[in-house]
Amino acid sequence: MKPIDYGELDNMVFGRPDVMEDRPSHFCAGCGHGIVQRLIAEVIDELNLQERAICVASIGCTVTAYHYFKVDGLESAHGRAPAVATAIKRCRPDLIPFTLQGDGDLASIGTAEIVHACARGEKLTVIFVNNATYGMTGGQLAPTTLLGMYSTSTIKGRNHHQSGFPIRVCEMLATLDGPSYIARVSLHNPANVRKAKKAIDLAFRAQLSGLGLALVEVLSPCPVNWKIDPVKALDWMVENMIPQYPLGEFKVTPEIALLKKGERA
Amino acid sequence: MSRKILMGGNIAIAEGAILAGCGAYFGYPITPQNDLLEHMSHRMPEEGRVFLQTESELAAINMVYGAVAVGFRAMTSTSSPGFSLQQEGISYMAGSEMPGVIVNVMRAGPGLGNIGGAQGDYFQSTKGGGHGDYSVINLAPASVQEMMDLTMLSFELADKYRNPVVVLADGFLGQVMEPVVMREPVTKFHEKKWALTGAKDRPKNVINSFEMNPANHPGRIKQLLHKFEKIKANEVRYEALNLDDAEIVLVAYGSAARSAMSAMDMARERKLRVGLLRPVTVFPFPYQPLADLAEKGCKFVVAEMSGGQMIEDVRIAVGSDNEIKLVNSYGGVPLTADDIFEAIDILM
Ligand SMILES: Cc1ncc(C[n+]2csc(CCOP(=O)(O)OP(=O)(O)O)c2C)c(N)n1
Repeated sequence: MKPIDYGELDNMVFGRPDVMEDRPSHFCAGCGHGIVQRLIAEVIDELNLQERAICVASIGCTVTAYHYFKVDGLESAHGRAPAVATAIKRCRPDLIPFTLQGDGDLASIGTAEIVHACARGEKLTVIFVNNATYGMTGGQLAPTTLLGMYSTSTIKGRNHHQSGFPIRVCEMLATLDGPSYIARVSLHNPANVRKAKKAIDLAFRAQLSGLGLALVEVLSPCPVNWKIDPVKALDWMVENMIPQYPLGEFKVTPEIALLKKGERA
Repeated sequence: MSRKILMGGNIAIAEGAILAGCGAYFGYPITPQNDLLEHMSHRMPEEGRVFLQTESELAAINMVYGAVAVGFRAMTSTSSPGFSLQQEGISYMAGSEMPGVIVNVMRAGPGLGNIGGAQGDYFQSTKGGGHGDYSVINLAPASVQEMMDLTMLSFELADKYRNPVVVLADGFLGQVMEPVVMREPVTKFHEKKWALTGAKDRPKNVINSFEMNPANHPGRIKQLLHKFEKIKANEVRYEALNLDDAEIVLVAYGSAARSAMSAMDMARERKLRVGLLRPVTVFPFPYQPLADLAEKGCKFVVAEMSGGQMIEDVRIAVGSDNEIKLVNSYGGVPLTADDIFEAIDILM
């Protein structure tokens, strides 16, 4: 069979974003991280940020995020990405650093860094992937693990007497004056993936407009560690995660509201 | 004509950093280096540079990492407990070959210890401190002038070797006031093609210490180790005083070296043949000059403000045949010239 010549397809509707590297993804089947990275890449393309974006990877399944984007990037120690990005932005305000952090990274070991980056109103874009587990280390209890939920360190389900309650990051950070935009989105179906992209787009445009920290929490499936079939994992998210982590916007400053009105077609 | 200004040790570090082109300072208050942070809080903005009081020393070191990653010269200053917190960050910087400057104005430990000056972080600072196979260059000033000069040198060496450099001072030096000859601002800087400046007109730059493929990791470490060998070969610095005819060699750095110098003078007045070898770099350590003195049959007095840490390096240098005596203070108490002279007296 003759290989497909994509140039011949005059109605191609799906391709790799320009800023995405042509390399195999290392994520497990059904994982949401790859979707998040693709959405970020699409936004970087559309906002024409390839020459200014800095990918600030964190420690977790996105540890090598800088390998997937054709933009400058670096690693940061577990939890410290907001500190690293703060320095980048303070030193070079023309650059557009964005962090990509998991729930263990942002809401456990790095709680101080994200709280203070928010409190200072750092002009940053934070993409926070909440999969309710420590994906990279094999599925232990995360600060976002649901009550009753299985993890490899709560094998009978999370019990608040033993391990406390799950943290609602958006609601907590929205009490601070520094951030301009805080929203929670989900990847459980295509319509919500599109909403997720809109929120990510806004979080980048907030930084381009010089507004305070913009954070998007993305509820994301981790079928391997949840030990659920990838398709069922999406239903599981709707039934279990969204009730605990309601979708929506938790902080929208007037400047952000104006930006939203000027949304690109 | 050179300008002389009366200055405190911590302030000389701050001004040295500014002269060296430090573009960003990040720090968290801790005694005995608060005046350094306070000074930077107004001097850096005055110079149009970045200052940020951070939420912790953890954040500070990771901000230094972020700032140097975009090509800035950057610094943090702290004292012992804060330096402990920064070890992970320093290890990441060494692993990704990032050139930051860390000032440790040592106080007494362990734990919260005491705010008095001490030299108990010698092991932590010269033997790695954080995880993995790495070393940091350690410059140990012994005067306010050196607080300025060695801070300036630390930025140069950091860029030259793409490695973190520690200015290892102590709480007494931080507070000493002495006249300082002001230096000229640095105007020549290293080109940093690796810096993250945006992937424009070149392939993207990536800064990391992580190597997914274990087969590739040893190669990276080998390169790092090679760099540390080069540093050991090229960057040993020390001051030699009265060593030509010395029978007893005092070995001391930082504040302890100032007392050792007085003790040496007291001994010389009594016609005792006492000299001083003062390491200016404690990593790389001046093993060879000490070994040469040992060869000549000298005895050694190691004077330090710790339970006895640098003495282990002196032992490595001179072997077990030569007599080595430790004279020390700890817990935030200065080591006096009288203490050291007494040790000399006993050996004579
Ligand atoms: C200081 C430190 N502690 C622990 C680890 C081990 N570690 C690596 S990733 C991780 C958890 C990551 O979980 P999360 O942030 O939720 O991201 P995910 O992997 O689920 O995407 C941990 C604990 C580490 N690398 N560094």
